[in-house]
Amino acid sequence: MNREIYLDNNATTKMAAEVIEAMRESENVYGNPSSMHSLGRQAAQYISNARDNVATLLNCNSEEIIFNSGATESNNTVFHIAAQLIKQGKGKRILTTSIEHPAIIETVKYLKKEGLTIDLIPVDQEGRVKTEEFKKLLSDDVCLVSIMAGNNENGTIQDIKKFSSMTHEVGALFHTDATQAIGKIKVDCKDWDVDYLSLSGHKFYGPKGVGALFVKKGAPKKTFINGGHQENGFRAGTYNTQAIYGMGVAAKLAYQTLEDETARLWKMREALRKGILEKIDDVVVNGCQEHCLPGTLNVSFERVEGESMLLMLDMKGIEVSTGSACATGSLKPSYVLLASGLPVEMAHGSIRFSFGRFNTMEDVDYVLEVLPPIIKKLREISTR
Amino acid sequence: MNFMTEWVYSETVREHFTEPKNLWKKSENFEPSGVGEVGSLACGDQMRVGIIVEDDKIKDIRWLTYGCASAIASTSMMSVMVKGMKLKDAYQITPDVINDALGGLPAHKFHCSVLGDKALRAAIDDYLEKNNLDNPYKKQVAKVICECKNVTDQQIEKLVKTGKVKNLEELKQQTSYGTGCGKCKAKVADLFNNYMHLYGKEED
Repeated sequence: MNREIYLDNNATTKMAAEVIEAMRESENVYGNPSSMHSLGRQAAQYISNARDNVATLLNCNSEEIIFNSGATESNNTVFHIAAQLIKQGKGKRILTTSIEHPAIIETVKYLKKEGLTIDLIPVDQEGRVKTEEFKKLLSDDVCLVSIMAGNNENGTIQDIKKFSSMTHEVGALFHTDATQAIGKIKVDCKDWDVDYLSLSGHKFYGPKGVGALFVKKGAPKKTFINGGHQENGFRAGTYNTQAIYGMGVAAKLAYQTLEDETARLWKMREALRKGILEKIDDVVVNGCQEHCLPGTLNVSFERVEGESMLLMLDMKGIEVSTGSACATGSLKPSYVLLASGLPVEMAHGSIRFSFGRFNTMEDVDYVLEVLPPIIKKLREISTR
Repeated sequence: MNFMTEWVYSETVREHFTEPKNLWKKSENFEPSGVGEVGSLACGDQMRVGIIVEDDKIKDIRWLTYGCASAIASTSMMSVMVKGMKLKDAYQITPDVINDALGGLPAHKFHCSVLGDKALRAAIDDYLEKNNLDNPYKKQVAKVICECKNVTDQQIEKLVKTGKVKNLEELKQQTSYGTGCGKCKAKVADLFNNYMHLYGKEED
């Protein structure tokens, strides 16, 4: 079985051919972009080109883009900024949601131990932020609000424009982790009116280990990684020219293909959703079906455990992920699905299919051919 | 360089996962003389074992498992190992033995293999009880109270008796009980209080 149906694009993506080509082209650009001489200035142009491409994708100014190692660093940086501001007496609290990526959830745990007050905004059964609860938590002592644009597990999209506007009304700063949204839906820093935005290159067919933080002009900045004067002293560390340039090309591609890509991903996702519901009994589709990242489909199969399904699918060349505890190495299943009110046993039986630009309708057909007998077999083994 | 894609577990686990042995098929008319069921769907794994006993031996065995690949493979391996075994010996089988036979599970998956032997003991208990037979094995084996973290009554008893834990918080630190699904908390508290009383210890 040599088939490879990669349906784990929310975990990471394969690099686009254009990106690989660009990175090959720049592999001998070894000058330090911070150097004044010719080789340095040449390398700096690669960085500058990438900055423009990312800025175009996000509809912001190039000066508002800060390159770093990825969204995890971006998220940590923003919370670090808020912690410093609170220390200086600018606000007392941070608000974020219960379904953020671990890059935020774990940062929250750390900062809480440091004595900061951070409140979690609850979500409804579709994984959407409860506006009324959010309103109740908002007040003029809030320093920062952080709400993710699209969820990595169930794909639920939040109304960022509305929440940033509500946040600004009380004078607080607004951050969104848009890591999963980039390249799938329109991400517009001006329209959304966000102060900070995080992204990772590898989620939209760029290289791993590189990302960016958007900081709106005039929004507070504090250095998180100290050292050299890169990124105007905001983020130290020698530029990874090749990776940054590659991400820039990925951003350009994402910008050019966005509309078609959104439609194509949604078509495949919907075909799979309908096919599963038609062919398999006792299935629940998780997350919000109206406001959902186009390529993400999270499904719970009753009476079957997720890791078993994942491994059976893997043997057939289909790569997915699960919210089951057994696959996470802990004893608790996905906190995202639990926060949305899904019963524990259903969270154990969840599978996330996430489509990307290299998937085709044939992949959907193949999954629909392979999946039903796997579920049948595992249900025959199951106690229930 | 060619990094081969290895399967996540041992080949033996793979074999028992993809082709489980002694599976309890609904189509087959298996009439067990004893049935045991442990675990829960909420915990992420549940097992049911049925046995036919003849001449104090496990003549035949069938099982069903809701759980991950390790859980499925562990039950399958256990069923192969105990078939034909004397009740006395089957009752003593431990997760370690099953784990070894499977070629070893990763440390974080070990807890997935701790239910098979318990389901088997529950089935033997059920058989003996149904037939009004004395159960000489039960007393000798420690009973698991916290299934997620594999904490037994004997372990709790020893910790209390030796004064190594003086309250439930300390017990939690030492054993991690109740940090999985949390269902055992009340049971552990009861047991803890009983042992404290039994050994005349004062809570600190």
